[in-house]
Amino acid sequence: MKSLEEFVVLFAEQFDDTDASEITAATVFHDLDEWSSIIGLTLIAMVDEEFGVALKGDDVKTSVTVEDLYNKVLAYLK
Amino acid sequence: MYNPFSLKGKTILVTGASSGIGAATAVECSKMGANVIVTGRNEERLKKTFDHLDISFGANHLMIIADLADETSVNSLVEQTGILDGVVNNAGVNRVKPVTFIKQDDFDYVFQSNAWAAVNLTRSLCRKKKLRKNSSIVFTSSVSAFFNAPGRALYAGSKAALTAFMRSFAVELSDKGIRANAVHPGLVETKLIAENLTEEELQNNLKEYPLNRFGKPEDVAWAIIYLLSDASAWVTGTSMIVDGGFMLK
Repeated sequence: MKSLEEFVVLFAEQFDDTDASEITAATVFHDLDEWSSIIGLTLIAMVDEEFGVALKGDDVKTSVTVEDLYNKVLAYLK
Repeated sequence: MYNPFSLKGKTILVTGASSGIGAATAVECSKMGANVIVTGRNEERLKKTFDHLDISFGANHLMIIADLADETSVNSLVEQTGILDGVVNNAGVNRVKPVTFIKQDDFDYVFQSNAWAAVNLTRSLCRKKKLRKNSSIVFTSSVSAFFNAPGRALYAGSKAALTAFMRSFAVELSDKGIRANAVHPGLVETKLIAENLTEEELQNNLKEYPLNRFGKPEDVAWAIIYLLSDASAWVTGTSMIVDGGFMLK
Protein backbone atom coordinates (compact mmCIF):
# COMPACT_ATOMS: atom_id res chain seq x y z
CA MET A 1 0.00 0.00 0.00
CA LYS A 2 1.41 3.38 -1.01
CA SER A 3 1.77 6.06 1.65
CA LEU A 4 0.36 9.59 1.46
CA GLU A 5 3.89 10.85 0.68
CA GLU A 6 4.16 8.47 -2.27
CA PHE A 7 0.70 9.51 -3.45
CA VAL A 8 1.77 13.18 -3.39
CA VAL A 9 4.76 12.36 -5.61
CA LEU A 10 2.57 10.47 -8.10
CA PHE A 11 0.03 13.29 -8.02
CA ALA A 12 2.71 15.88 -8.79
CA GLU A 13 4.04 13.81 -11.68
CA GLN A 14 0.85 14.52 -13.64
CA PHE A 15 1.78 18.21 -13.88
CA ASP A 16 4.34 19.62 -16.33
CA ASP A 17 4.58 23.33 -15.47
CA THR A 18 3.92 23.10 -11.75
CA ASP A 19 7.05 22.40 -9.71
CA ALA A 20 6.71 19.30 -7.53
CA SER A 21 7.66 21.43 -4.52
CA GLU A 22 4.38 23.35 -4.92
CA ILE A 23 2.37 20.19 -4.36
CA THR A 24 1.94 18.85 -0.84
CA ALA A 25 -0.75 16.84 0.93
CA ALA A 26 -2.46 20.13 1.86
CA THR A 27 -2.43 21.71 -1.61
CA VAL A 28 -5.84 22.92 -2.80
CA PHE A 29 -5.26 21.44 -6.22
CA HIS A 30 -8.21 22.95 -8.09
CA ASP A 31 -6.57 26.36 -7.49
CA LEU A 32 -3.32 25.45 -9.25
CA ASP A 33 -2.83 27.47 -12.47
CA GLU A 34 -2.14 24.32 -14.45
CA TRP A 35 -5.23 22.48 -13.15
CA SER A 36 -7.56 21.29 -15.92
CA SER A 37 -10.17 18.63 -16.52
CA ILE A 38 -7.59 16.72 -18.56
CA ILE A 39 -5.28 16.56 -15.56
CA GLY A 40 -8.31 15.31 -13.63
CA LEU A 41 -8.59 12.47 -16.15
CA THR A 42 -4.91 11.62 -15.89
CA LEU A 43 -5.22 11.50 -12.08
CA ILE A 44 -8.08 9.00 -12.39
CA ALA A 45 -5.98 6.93 -14.80
CA MET A 46 -2.92 7.15 -12.49
CA VAL A 47 -4.98 5.95 -9.50
CA ASP A 48 -6.36 3.09 -11.60
CA GLU A 49 -2.82 2.09 -12.61
CA GLU A 50 -1.14 2.48 -9.22
CA PHE A 51 -3.94 1.46 -6.83
CA GLY A 52 -6.34 -0.56 -8.99
CA VAL A 53 -9.12 1.82 -7.95
CA ALA A 54 -11.63 3.33 -10.40
CA LEU A 55 -12.30 6.85 -9.08
CA LYS A 56 -15.30 8.73 -10.42
CA GLY A 57 -15.16 12.25 -11.84
CA ASP A 58 -17.12 13.37 -8.78
CA ASP A 59 -14.42 12.02 -6.45
CA VAL A 60 -11.92 14.41 -8.01
CA LYS A 61 -14.40 17.28 -8.13
CA THR A 62 -15.39 17.03 -4.48
CA SER A 63 -11.83 16.62 -3.15
CA VAL A 64 -10.28 19.88 -1.99
CA THR A 65 -6.74 18.88 -1.06
CA VAL A 66 -4.41 16.19 -2.37
CA GLU A 67 -4.89 14.34 0.90
CA ASP A 68 -8.69 14.36 0.42
CA LEU A 69 -8.23 12.50 -2.85
CA TYR A 70 -5.81 10.05 -1.22
CA ASN A 71 -8.42 9.34 1.48
CA LYS A 72 -11.01 8.61 -1.20
CA VAL A 73 -8.65 6.10 -2.76
CA LEU A 74 -8.21 4.46 0.66
CA ALA A 75 -11.97 4.37 1.17
CA TYR A 76 -12.37 2.35 -2.04
CA LEU A 77 -9.69 -0.06 -0.89
CA LYS A 78 -11.46 -0.81 2.40
CA MET B 1 -51.39 0.69 -46.07
CA TYR B 2 -48.52 1.99 -48.22
CA ASN B 3 -45.36 1.96 -46.08
CA PRO B 4 -41.90 1.51 -47.62
CA PHE B 5 -40.42 1.81 -44.10
CA SER B 6 -42.18 -1.33 -42.88
CA LEU B 7 -40.16 -4.34 -41.71
CA LYS B 8 -43.09 -6.71 -42.08
CA GLY B 9 -41.92 -10.24 -42.79
CA LYS B 10 -38.24 -9.39 -42.38
CA THR B 11 -36.09 -11.29 -39.90
CA ILE B 12 -33.70 -8.98 -38.04
CA LEU B 13 -30.87 -9.95 -35.67
CA VAL B 14 -30.06 -7.33 -33.00
CA THR B 15 -26.89 -7.63 -30.88
CA GLY B 16 -26.44 -5.83 -27.58
CA ALA B 17 -30.21 -6.10 -27.22
CA SER B 18 -30.23 -6.26 -23.41
CA SER B 19 -30.24 -2.52 -22.90
CA GLY B 20 -30.08 0.99 -24.35
CA ILE B 21 -30.14 1.50 -28.12
CA GLY B 22 -30.11 -2.26 -28.79
CA ALA B 23 -33.17 -2.92 -26.64
CA ALA B 24 -35.09 0.00 -28.18
CA THR B 25 -34.11 -1.11 -31.68
CA ALA B 26 -35.36 -4.65 -31.04
CA VAL B 27 -38.70 -3.41 -29.66
CA GLU B 28 -39.23 -0.81 -32.42
CA CYS B 29 -38.35 -3.36 -35.13
CA SER B 30 -40.99 -5.69 -33.71
CA LYS B 31 -43.54 -2.85 -33.80
CA MET B 32 -42.65 -2.35 -37.47
CA GLY B 33 -43.56 -5.98 -38.16
CA ALA B 34 -40.19 -7.73 -38.07
CA ASN B 35 -39.37 -11.14 -36.67
CA VAL B 36 -36.70 -10.13 -34.20
CA ILE B 37 -33.82 -12.24 -32.92
CA VAL B 38 -32.38 -10.62 -29.82
CA THR B 39 -28.95 -11.54 -28.52
CA GLY B 40 -26.89 -10.51 -25.51
CA ARG B 41 -24.80 -11.98 -22.72
CA ASN B 42 -27.11 -11.54 -19.75
CA GLU B 43 -30.12 -13.87 -19.85
CA GLU B 44 -32.17 -11.97 -17.27
CA ARG B 45 -31.80 -8.59 -18.97
CA LEU B 46 -32.20 -10.02 -22.46
CA LYS B 47 -35.43 -11.70 -21.35
CA LYS B 48 -36.76 -8.26 -20.37
CA THR B 49 -36.23 -6.99 -23.92
CA PHE B 50 -37.69 -10.20 -25.33
CA ASP B 51 -40.82 -9.82 -23.20
CA HIS B 52 -41.33 -6.30 -24.56
CA LEU B 53 -41.27 -7.37 -28.21
CA ASP B 54 -44.54 -6.69 -30.02
CA ILE B 55 -46.29 -9.94 -30.97
CA SER B 56 -49.41 -8.40 -32.51
CA PHE B 57 -48.16 -9.13 -36.05
CA GLY B 58 -47.96 -12.82 -35.20
CA ALA B 59 -44.22 -12.50 -35.50
CA ASN B 60 -41.87 -15.28 -34.54
CA HIS B 61 -39.31 -13.73 -32.19
CA LEU B 62 -36.28 -15.53 -30.83
CA MET B 63 -33.86 -14.97 -27.98
CA ILE B 64 -30.31 -16.34 -28.14
CA ILE B 65 -27.81 -15.87 -25.32
CA ALA B 66 -24.35 -15.27 -26.79
CA ASP B 67 -21.02 -13.71 -25.87
CA LEU B 68 -19.67 -12.07 -29.02
CA ALA B 69 -16.15 -12.15 -27.56
CA ASP B 70 -16.26 -15.95 -27.55
CA GLU B 71 -15.75 -17.71 -30.90
CA THR B 72 -17.68 -20.85 -29.91
CA SER B 73 -20.58 -18.70 -28.77
CA VAL B 74 -20.53 -16.71 -32.04
CA ASN B 75 -20.53 -19.92 -34.09
CA SER B 76 -23.46 -21.26 -32.09
CA LEU B 77 -25.37 -17.98 -32.58
CA VAL B 78 -24.74 -18.04 -36.34
CA GLU B 79 -25.94 -21.68 -36.49
CA GLN B 80 -29.22 -20.77 -34.80
CA THR B 81 -30.25 -17.61 -36.67
CA GLY B 82 -31.78 -18.95 -39.85
CA ILE B 83 -31.74 -16.70 -42.93
CA LEU B 84 -31.71 -12.98 -42.12
CA ASP B 85 -32.94 -9.82 -43.83
CA GLY B 86 -31.07 -7.54 -41.49
CA VAL B 87 -28.44 -7.36 -38.75
CA VAL B 88 -27.97 -4.57 -36.22
CA ASN B 89 -24.50 -4.65 -34.70
CA ASN B 90 -25.08 -2.69 -31.58
CA ALA B 91 -23.04 -4.22 -28.74
CA GLY B 92 -20.44 -1.79 -27.39
CA VAL B 93 -18.38 -0.72 -24.38
CA ASN B 94 -16.40 2.29 -23.23
CA ARG B 95 -13.25 2.81 -21.16
CA VAL B 96 -12.21 6.39 -20.44
CA LYS B 97 -8.41 6.83 -20.46
CA PRO B 98 -6.08 9.65 -21.46
CA VAL B 99 -3.94 8.45 -24.39
CA THR B 100 -0.79 8.49 -22.27
CA PHE B 101 -2.27 5.87 -19.91
CA ILE B 102 -3.69 3.47 -22.50
CA LYS B 103 -2.34 -0.06 -22.20
CA GLN B 104 -2.58 -2.98 -24.58
CA ASP B 105 -5.23 -4.49 -22.31
CA ASP B 106 -7.43 -1.35 -22.55
CA PHE B 107 -7.00 -1.24 -26.32
CA ASP B 108 -7.83 -4.92 -26.72
CA TYR B 109 -10.89 -4.68 -24.47
CA VAL B 110 -12.49 -1.73 -26.29
CA PHE B 111 -11.48 -2.65 -29.84
CA GLN B 112 -12.51 -6.27 -29.29
CA SER B 113 -16.01 -5.27 -28.16
CA ASN B 114 -16.65 -2.24 -30.37
CA ALA B 115 -14.93 -3.23 -33.59
CA TRP B 116 -13.88 -6.87 -33.84
CA ALA B 117 -17.04 -8.39 -32.33
CA ALA B 118 -19.22 -6.70 -34.99
CA VAL B 119 -16.78 -7.43 -37.80
CA ASN B 120 -16.45 -11.07 -36.72
CA LEU B 121 -20.19 -11.68 -36.40
CA THR B 122 -20.93 -10.04 -39.77
CA ARG B 123 -18.09 -11.95 -41.41
CA SER B 124 -19.36 -15.25 -39.96
CA LEU B 125 -22.95 -14.58 -41.05
CA CYS B 126 -21.71 -13.88 -44.60
CA ARG B 127 -19.53 -16.97 -44.70
CA LYS B 128 -22.42 -19.16 -43.54
CA LYS B 129 -24.68 -17.49 -46.13
CA LYS B 130 -27.15 -16.33 -43.51
CA LEU B 131 -27.75 -12.97 -45.17
CA ARG B 132 -30.41 -12.95 -47.86
CA LYS B 133 -29.82 -11.08 -51.12
CA ASN B 134 -30.73 -7.40 -50.64
CA SER B 135 -30.41 -7.67 -46.87
CA SER B 136 -29.14 -4.79 -44.76
CA ILE B 137 -26.38 -4.59 -42.15
CA VAL B 138 -26.38 -1.67 -39.71
CA PHE B 139 -23.53 -0.80 -37.37
CA THR B 140 -24.03 1.43 -34.35
CA SER B 141 -21.05 3.76 -34.51
CA SER B 142 -20.90 7.16 -32.76
CA VAL B 143 -20.27 10.85 -33.40
CA SER B 144 -17.00 9.96 -31.67
CA ALA B 145 -15.86 8.47 -35.00
CA PHE B 146 -15.61 12.07 -36.28
CA PHE B 147 -15.11 14.13 -33.17
CA ASN B 148 -13.01 13.72 -30.06
CA ALA B 149 -12.85 14.80 -26.44
CA PRO B 150 -10.27 14.14 -23.72
CA GLY B 151 -10.24 10.57 -22.45
CA ARG B 152 -12.33 9.20 -25.32
CA ALA B 153 -9.49 7.96 -27.56
CA LEU B 154 -10.29 4.26 -27.23
CA TYR B 155 -13.98 4.75 -27.89
CA ALA B 156 -13.34 7.15 -30.79
CA GLY B 157 -10.65 4.94 -32.33
CA SER B 158 -12.76 1.79 -32.10
CA LYS B 159 -15.84 3.51 -33.56
CA ALA B 160 -13.76 5.03 -36.39
CA ALA B 161 -12.37 1.55 -37.11
CA LEU B 162 -15.86 0.08 -37.08
CA THR B 163 -17.02 2.76 -39.52
CA ALA B 164 -14.15 2.00 -41.90
CA PHE B 165 -15.03 -1.71 -41.76
CA MET B 166 -18.67 -0.82 -42.49
CA ARG B 167 -17.55 0.86 -45.72
CA SER B 168 -15.45 -2.18 -46.63
CA PHE B 169 -18.43 -4.48 -46.09
CA ALA B 170 -20.51 -2.11 -48.26
CA VAL B 171 -17.98 -2.36 -51.10
CA GLU B 172 -17.37 -6.10 -50.87
CA LEU B 173 -20.98 -7.21 -50.38
CA SER B 174 -22.52 -4.91 -52.99
CA ASP B 175 -22.51 -7.55 -55.72
CA LYS B 176 -24.83 -9.64 -53.53
CA GLY B 177 -27.10 -6.64 -53.11
CA ILE B 178 -26.27 -6.59 -49.40
CA ARG B 179 -26.06 -3.08 -47.97
CA ALA B 180 -23.98 -1.89 -45.00
CA ASN B 181 -24.49 1.44 -43.23
CA ALA B 182 -23.81 3.05 -39.87
CA VAL B 183 -25.69 5.28 -37.49
CA HIS B 184 -23.65 7.75 -35.46
CA PRO B 185 -25.53 8.77 -32.33
CA GLY B 186 -24.59 11.69 -30.13
CA LEU B 187 -25.24 11.38 -26.41
CA VAL B 188 -28.16 9.04 -25.82
CA GLU B 189 -29.61 8.47 -22.38
CA THR B 190 -28.38 4.94 -21.70
CA LYS B 191 -26.67 3.07 -18.89
CA LEU B 192 -23.33 3.28 -20.76
CA ILE B 193 -23.51 7.08 -20.54
CA ALA B 194 -24.83 7.18 -16.97
CA GLU B 195 -21.83 5.12 -15.84
CA ASN B 196 -19.27 7.28 -17.63
CA LEU B 197 -20.31 10.89 -17.08
CA THR B 198 -20.98 12.97 -13.97
CA GLU B 199 -24.11 15.09 -13.58
CA GLU B 200 -22.01 18.25 -14.13
CA GLU B 201 -20.48 16.85 -17.33
CA LEU B 202 -23.97 16.00 -18.57
CA GLN B 203 -25.21 19.55 -17.92
CA ASN B 204 -22.21 21.03 -19.75
CA ASN B 205 -22.66 18.60 -22.61
CA LEU B 206 -26.30 19.55 -23.04
CA LYS B 207 -25.20 23.04 -24.16
CA GLU B 208 -23.58 21.39 -27.20
CA TYR B 209 -26.93 20.04 -28.44
CA PRO B 210 -28.88 22.57 -30.58
CA LEU B 211 -32.11 20.60 -30.18
CA ASN B 212 -31.61 21.04 -26.44
CA ARG B 213 -31.92 17.46 -25.29
CA PHE B 214 -29.97 14.24 -25.34
CA GLY B 215 -31.17 11.40 -27.54
CA LYS B 216 -33.65 8.74 -26.56
CA PRO B 217 -32.75 5.19 -27.60
CA GLU B 218 -35.80 5.27 -29.91
CA ASP B 219 -34.40 8.29 -31.81
CA VAL B 220 -31.55 6.05 -32.93
CA ALA B 221 -33.74 2.97 -33.38
CA TRP B 222 -35.88 4.82 -35.94
CA ALA B 223 -32.79 5.75 -37.99
CA ILE B 224 -31.72 2.11 -37.86
CA ILE B 225 -35.20 1.03 -39.01
CA TYR B 226 -34.90 3.31 -42.04
CA LEU B 227 -31.56 1.67 -42.92
CA LEU B 228 -33.03 -1.83 -42.47
CA SER B 229 -36.13 -1.11 -44.53
CA ASP B 230 -36.63 -1.11 -48.30
CA ALA B 231 -36.95 2.69 -48.10
CA SER B 232 -33.11 2.79 -48.04
CA ALA B 233 -32.70 0.31 -50.91
CA TRP B 234 -30.28 2.66 -52.74
CA VAL B 235 -28.29 3.60 -49.63
CA THR B 236 -25.05 1.79 -48.79
CA GLY B 237 -21.75 2.73 -47.14
CA THR B 238 -23.26 5.78 -45.54
CA SER B 239 -22.81 7.28 -42.09
CA MET B 240 -26.04 8.68 -40.72
CA ILE B 241 -25.54 11.18 -37.94
CA VAL B 242 -28.33 11.15 -35.33
CA ASP B 243 -27.25 13.72 -32.79
CA GLY B 244 -29.73 16.53 -32.14
CA GLY B 245 -27.47 18.84 -34.17
CA PHE B 246 -24.32 18.25 -32.07
CA MET B 247 -22.03 18.05 -35.11
CA LEU B 248 -23.27 21.44 -36.37
CA LYS B 249 -21.21 23.15 -33.69
